[in-house]
Amino acid sequence: MTVQPLTVEREELATSGASSEFIEIRWHGRGGQGAKTAALLMGEAASGAGKYVQAFPEYGPERMGAPVVAYNRISDGPIMLHCGIENPRFVAVLDISLANQVDFAAGIPEGGALLLNTSLTPAQAREKLNITNKSIRVYTVDASLISKETIGLPIPNTPMLGALNRVAGLLELEPLLASVRSKLQKKFRNKPEVIDGNVEAVKRAYLEVQGE
Amino acid sequence: MAVNKQSAAESQAMTGNEALAEAMRQINPDVVAAYPITPATEIVQIFSSFHADGLVDTELVLVESEHSAMSAVIGASAAGARAMTATSSQGLALMHEMLYIASGSRYPIVMPVVNRALSAPLNIHCDHSDTMGSRDAGWVQIYSENAQEGYDNVIQAIRIAEHNEVQVPVMVMIDGFIISHGMENVFTLDDQTVRSFIGPFKPRFPLLDVDNPVSVGPVDFTDFYFEHKRQHHEAMVKVKPVILEIAEEYAKISGRKYGLFEEYMLDDAEVAVVVISSAAGTTRYVVDKLRRAGVKAGMLKLRVFRPFPAEELAEALQHVKAIAVMDRADSLSAQGGPLFAELRSALFDLPKRPLTTNYIYGLGGRDVPVADIESVFNDLLTTVSTGVAGPKVRFLGVRE
Repeated sequence: MTVQPLTVEREELATSGASSEFIEIRWHGRGGQGAKTAALLMGEAASGAGKYVQAFPEYGPERMGAPVVAYNRISDGPIMLHCGIENPRFVAVLDISLANQVDFAAGIPEGGALLLNTSLTPAQAREKLNITNKSIRVYTVDASLISKETIGLPIPNTPMLGALNRVAGLLELEPLLASVRSKLQKKFRNKPEVIDGNVEAVKRAYLEVQGE
Repeated sequence: MAVNKQSAAESQAMTGNEALAEAMRQINPDVVAAYPITPATEIVQIFSSFHADGLVDTELVLVESEHSAMSAVIGASAAGARAMTATSSQGLALMHEMLYIASGSRYPIVMPVVNRALSAPLNIHCDHSDTMGSRDAGWVQIYSENAQEGYDNVIQAIRIAEHNEVQVPVMVMIDGFIISHGMENVFTLDDQTVRSFIGPFKPRFPLLDVDNPVSVGPVDFTDFYFEHKRQHHEAMVKVKPVILEIAEEYAKISGRKYGLFEEYMLDDAEVAVVVISSAAGTTRYVVDKLRRAGVKAGMLKLRVFRPFPAEELAEALQHVKAIAVMDRADSLSAQGGPLFAELRSALFDLPKRPLTTNYIYGLGGRDVPVADIESVFNDLLTTVSTGVAGPKVRFLGVRE
């Protein structure tokens, strides 16, 4: 299957001030929504496809519903940095109701992108969340709906993983699905329905994510 | 950082704790005794699932404190078992009394330690105060930059501890959260390769060998105590060549080569940072950046802190004009951190000593961004141009 890339060219980003040696991602969610797991899955999926990865959460008081932040670095070569990420090129938000507590766009360099879990279009979301910086691209996908329809639970992390890979131009659909399937097979040996549902969720979000 | 010749596709994405637990599964110790403590809990938690799944033959002893964990491991080692535990921070502090019993009795115990700050104030994040507080406990101390090094070091530690000339316990460190809970690519060896590398455990004087009875834990007053400490001292002297010999062997099975420390761009360096564990990665990144700008910057990452490789360090650093020594622990001597004190002492006998400055950094998990390491190199360049080292002890990334 050929899917149109949604992202701008790597060369264009390299001149925008963002690091061109690796891609940096920041995940926002609430405790229990799987932001940390999304970052770990992103790491596993990318490493399964031959990339060098880092995935790490920001540890604070962990409780259901509290804001959670997690990060990825992804590269073609070994990653040496062991410090926080201040200027992520991509930010994925699992819950946009965090907007009154969290500045999703903070630190995103010019040419970077914000991926939001919402039923709104990118234009509507930009207006609702008052994202005035036009150099940041906004993408939307209804990950909560997709997860309910495919997994049966409102856990938006795996669909967001699918959408983010398309937006960031990281893994193509087939290798992504193969990698997610093989990682989930190890964890859910006795629950094949969980694996199929999640793989379907990744695929749908990959195809349904919208850009401006 | 040990360089891999394999492609990333052959690696597994693992957290530091997962990598250490995997190494322990492959080592398959006879006895593991442990008590949970953040951020090391997962090591034994994961290991206990290996145990529950029948993947190891280990006798797993879940005890009521770290003092008991170390005591149980000491008992197991005395009996003739290959014994391990894992801990962090307050847990290591609570073990303190027993650390000396393990090393003074010369039990080859191996213990992963996930570095975490000590209370008070309460903090679960990374610094090296915990293991620096154990630096005189007679254990070998090996620090790891990342999950890969943690995995490789734990496997090598078994051989080092059990070496006939050594017979001293070894602790292997990774940085709390930064490495323990961060996922990275790890290249593991297959089980058979690990098992034939470490070989079967051959206890020297097992208590359970009833045909050859021995005394364990005897009173040792003015008559022999001193001689036993002298022998322990001698064993620590012999550790260095043993570590290098085992590293050589390990390179053959893994393709990854280790030393007492890693020299990065140090040969012609005019300014250099000496650093331990995860901040070395960020420092290497900054060195690359500075080299591209034509600055003769270098790094020395210390792997083995105990025994302290003083002569080797002096040799490696003698040509450098200005050195920043990074301590992720303040020994509160009002004279800088532990690495600084020992490294300055190591440089003392050089005919021409480099100018040195100490930086206390990253306490309680304070992030160490690229800009902070760049500022250290900038200070070093100022030192070189003025010929003055400036304040002996500085603090990096703290609000004054």
